[in-house]
Amino acid sequence: MAETVLRADAVRKSFGDQEVLKGIDLEVTQGEVICLIGASGSGKSTLLRCLNLLEQVDDGDIWLDDQEITDPRIDVDKVRRSVGIVFQAYNLFPHLSVLDNIVLGPVKALGHKRADAHDQAVELLDRIGLADKAKAYPDALSGGQQQRVALVRAMAMQPKVLLLDEITSALDPMLVGDVLDVIRALRSEGMTIVMATHEMSFAREIADRVVFLCEGQIEEIGTPEQIFTAPRSPRTAEFLTRYLG
Amino acid sequence: MSPSERQLERQRFRRRRSLIRGAVAAVSTVLILGGLAVIVTQSPGWPRVHRTFFDWNDAKDAFPSIASAFVLNIRLFLVIEVLVLIVGIIVAIVRVVPSPALAPIKLLAIVYADVFRGTPTLLVVLLVGFGVPALELQGTPTSLFWLGVIALTLSYGAYVAEVIRAGILSIHPTQWASGRALGLTYGQTMRHIVLPQAIRRVAPPLLNDFVSLQKDTALLSTIGLVEALRQAQVISGHYFIFTPYVVAALFFIAATIPLARLTDFLTVRSLRRENGI
Ligand SMILES: Nc1ncnc2c1ncn2[C@@H]1O[C@H](COP(=O)(O)OP(=O)(O)OP(=O)(O)O)[C@@H](O)[C@H]1O
Ligand SMILES: [Mg+2]
Repeated sequence: MAETVLRADAVRKSFGDQEVLKGIDLEVTQGEVICLIGASGSGKSTLLRCLNLLEQVDDGDIWLDDQEITDPRIDVDKVRRSVGIVFQAYNLFPHLSVLDNIVLGPVKALGHKRADAHDQAVELLDRIGLADKAKAYPDALSGGQQQRVALVRAMAMQPKVLLLDEITSALDPMLVGDVLDVIRALRSEGMTIVMATHEMSFAREIADRVVFLCEGQIEEIGTPEQIFTAPRSPRTAEFLTRYLG
Repeated sequence: MSPSERQLERQRFRRRRSLIRGAVAAVSTVLILGGLAVIVTQSPGWPRVHRTFFDWNDAKDAFPSIASAFVLNIRLFLVIEVLVLIVGIIVAIVRVVPSPALAPIKLLAIVYADVFRGTPTLLVVLLVGFGVPALELQGTPTSLFWLGVIALTLSYGAYVAEVIRAGILSIHPTQWASGRALGLTYGQTMRHIVLPQAIRRVAPPLLNDFVSLQKDTALLSTIGLVEALRQAQVISGHYFIFTPYVVAALFFIAATIPLARLTDFLTVRSLRRENGI
């Protein structure tokens, strides 16, 4: 039995009087890929942001390994160093070159030597085939290239878990494939990933488990096989028929 | 590979067109400026205006003393520009930081910005220049130079703080989140990610304020600093001519040109770098 890396326990979150997460329980085990699916506004992004402590939960707790990270006494910066997150867009810092984007976190937050961080960045870029873009600035890259750089920038921090929030949904369909390739590669290296996505076929291919989120609650969790072919909940079935046509 | 016949034809056309456009621009400029010159120089009062404002010999005589007085203006605005930037950044950051511990300082920053943006700069200069020494407090500066520096820093710091604050608030929230998500602290995210982008974005209005500041060093003549305008006034009062004012004006204009070119250069450079052109 692989160990649990990240665990959410009855997590609640409201914005004003709108309750967005209504008690989420989720366990993420080492090396697992979890896909969050659900309608727009169902709370996928909010859940990911809570897991990374970018949002403060209103109730419930979140555990990273054996540490309760919702404890207010915790060093949130330290937690975030081991939980990477990539957003839909605007991930990269436009005033820094691709290389400096990747080097910044390891140098400033982890205190690594610049030379080491530099070598690591070059190697990471090489792996995604963007070594020749090291000196370029983000706006000179295509959307797909930007998202791939954002992925390796998160990886440069050597996180325990990687959270991905619909990282392909702002992309031209032609560019989605390259980004998904990088996620496949990360998976095969044993990275633990929680990703919100609207790419159902990709979720089906890559997920170990699929989580269907509906109005701030987990309606159903299962293997992709089960969720996509034999959903237990009628709401899951309805969502999928609407989605898959 | 050599360009196609069609492409060569397009290039020939573009060259011809830009020649024609250049010629039109040159002719119209000469006509309009020449026309203006004729109107002004044919006016009945022109000979007198010419003698009092634009006399070449008067200008030559006034030049050395105004030039050496203008060194004071330069020293003033170089020092003040640095201080204004520091004050502006600090006040802007205090106003945007969400820390409750800073509440009293925040309030102070708001009051500061409101008061000093609302008060005429001349008034601030007079209050600081004459008021502070009158307090006879220990440790308060008595040198006119530093009193002047303090007055203009207070006044312009308030403007610049607002400009920088607007820049900080204009940075996309995901930039904050991305910085924090990398484990950078609030301060590191501000310093390495948000502030550099904010300053770049507001560089043109910021340099605009600096241009205005350079001119306003002339206000310090009111507290007795003999800078270029004051020097021009002295000569003008002595000989009943106004040409020294024109000479002083030329110095102020000359001093703003490097700033304008610097803005252009910085804008083009960051555009080029960030867009890979
Ligand atoms: N900062 C915020 N302030 C107020 N309301 C918010 C905030 N962030 C999210 N919400 C609300 O919370 C609800 C859930 O938003 P969330 O972004 O988590 O949905 P989502 O499942 O990621 O949707 P999508 O698929 O469109 O990205 C939405 O109704 C949204 O309006
Ligand atoms: Mg979302």
